[in-house]
Amino acid sequence: MIKLFQIPDKIKIFFIEIGELSYFAGRFFRELFSRPFEYKELLRQCYYIGNRSLLLVGVTGFILGLVFTIQSRPTLMEFGAESWIPSMVSISIVREIGPVIIALICVGRISSGIGAELGSMRVTEQIDAMEVSGTNPFKYLVVTRILATTLMVPLLIIFGDAIALFGSAIVENLKGDVSFQLYFNKVFNALEFSDLIPATIKSFFFGFVIGLVGSFKGFYCKKGTVGVGEASNTAVVYTSMLVFVIDFIAVFVTDIFYEI
Amino acid sequence: MKKTNDIIPIIKITDLRKAFGDNHVLKGFSMELYEGENLVIMGKSGSGKSVMIKCLVGLMQPDHGDIEIMSKNINELDQDHLNNLRTEIGFLFQGSALYDSMTVRENLKFPLRKRKKDAAEAEKLILEALKSVGLTEAINLMPSELSGGMKRRVALARAIILHPKIIIYDEPTTGLDPITAKEIIELMRSIQQKYKASSLIITHDVDCARVIANRMILLIDGINYAQGTFKEISSSTDKKIQAFFK
Repeated sequence: MIKLFQIPDKIKIFFIEIGELSYFAGRFFRELFSRPFEYKELLRQCYYIGNRSLLLVGVTGFILGLVFTIQSRPTLMEFGAESWIPSMVSISIVREIGPVIIALICVGRISSGIGAELGSMRVTEQIDAMEVSGTNPFKYLVVTRILATTLMVPLLIIFGDAIALFGSAIVENLKGDVSFQLYFNKVFNALEFSDLIPATIKSFFFGFVIGLVGSFKGFYCKKGTVGVGEASNTAVVYTSMLVFVIDFIAVFVTDIFYEI
Repeated sequence: MKKTNDIIPIIKITDLRKAFGDNHVLKGFSMELYEGENLVIMGKSGSGKSVMIKCLVGLMQPDHGDIEIMSKNINELDQDHLNNLRTEIGFLFQGSALYDSMTVRENLKFPLRKRKKDAAEAEKLILEALKSVGLTEAINLMPSELSGGMKRRVALARAIILHPKIIIYDEPTTGLDPITAKEIIELMRSIQQKYKASSLIITHDVDCARVIANRMILLIDGINYAQGTFKEISSSTDKKIQAFFK
C-alpha cells in the first residue's frame, strides 16, 4: 500500500513529547494535593530559587530600566514629550518587558539548573535510591520545585520591575533633573490595576512552566552525561518558547477583558 | 541459614521475563532467597542482573512472572504498601547513589523519614550505622569530599540504617581498588553477622562470590543457568560456567 501522507518523525516526536509533558503536568496536580506534603523541601527550594536569583534579576532589571530610558529619551525629546517618560517606561516594564525579560533570565538560571540537577540525579541512580527508600521522588523532587518556581518567579519579576523603575528614575534624575518623588508619583499615576493584574497572573504561569519543563526534562533524562547536557539545554529551549506562547495568550486574553 | 523445603523463602521470583523491544533480557528467571542466606548472582555484563533487581524492588515492571517478597506479591501491592515493604529492604547501588546536595548525616537520615523517628532516635541510628561501617568521623562531610570506598561505605550505612530484613548489593566492589574491595567484602560479612539479614549480591567479582556466597546462581542467557555452592559451580566442566572462573 502506498502511503499518500506520512507524518515526519520529528513532528511525531514533538507531539509525543507534548503528550508526555501534559501527563507530567497532570501528575503534578494529582500529587500536589495528596499527603504527605514536603514543606521543608518546598521552603528549601523557595530559598534556593528565590534568593540565589536575586542578584542576577536585580542587575538585569537595573540595566533594563537604565538602558530603556536612555534609548527612548532622545526620541521623546524630539516631540517635547520627555515628561511622559516615567509613564511610558513604567507601563512598558510592568506590562510586558519586565515579566518577559526576567522570566527569560529565570529560564536560563532556574529551568536549566533544575534540568541538570534532576538529570544528574537520574543518571547517578539517586532518584532510584530515593524510590527504593520508600520516598516518592516525584513528590519530593518535582512537586516542590514546580511549586517553588510558581511562587518565586512572580516575586522575582516584581522585584526586577521595581529595580528597573529605580534604574530609569536614576537616568531621569541625572539627565532630566526629575526628582525621585516626582518620578514615582508619575509612575503610580500612570499604572492601573489593569496593568498590574494581568502581568502578575501571567508571571505565575511563567514560573509554572519554568519548573515544569526543567523538572520534566531532568526527571526523564536519558542515561549518560550527554543526557544531562541535553536535558538542561532542551529545558531552556522549550521553556523560552513556552514563555513567549504564554505571553501571547496572556496579551490576547487581556485584550478581551481590558481595553489595552 | 535456614533452608528446608517447608520454609517459605523471603524472596521468591518465578518465571521472570523482560524484553526491551526485540532484546529479550530475562527469559524465565526464577530464584529463591531464604532467611539469613547470602545468595550471589553472577552473570556477565548485559545478562540482565540489574534488570532483575530493578524488577525485584519495583523500579521496573516485568513483562511476565511473579515476585514475592516476604510472601507479598509486589505486582499486586499499591504504591503505599510497596513503599512500606521497601523499608524492609536495604539497597546498595553500584555507584553508591548518595544524594549530592546532602551531608552524610542527611543522607542517612533520609530513609528514616518514612518511619517518623524523633531527632534523638534518628541521631542514634545514624551513629550506629556509621559505626558499623567505621566512618563516624565523616558524618558532616558532603559526598563530594569522600573517596570511592568511603562513598560505598556510607551507602552501605544508609542501606542498613532501618535494620532491613533483606540487603541487596548491586556490584558492591565494582570500581574499587583490590584493597578497598576486600574491605567492603569484609564489611558485608560483618554486617550480615550483626544484622542477620538475608543478602542478595549481584556481582561479577569471583573473589567476592568466593568469600561471601552461601549459594550462587549463574545468570546466563536470561535464565538461571546453574546454581549451587561456590565450590560446586566453580568445579563444573561446562564451558559457559568455566568462562567466569578463568
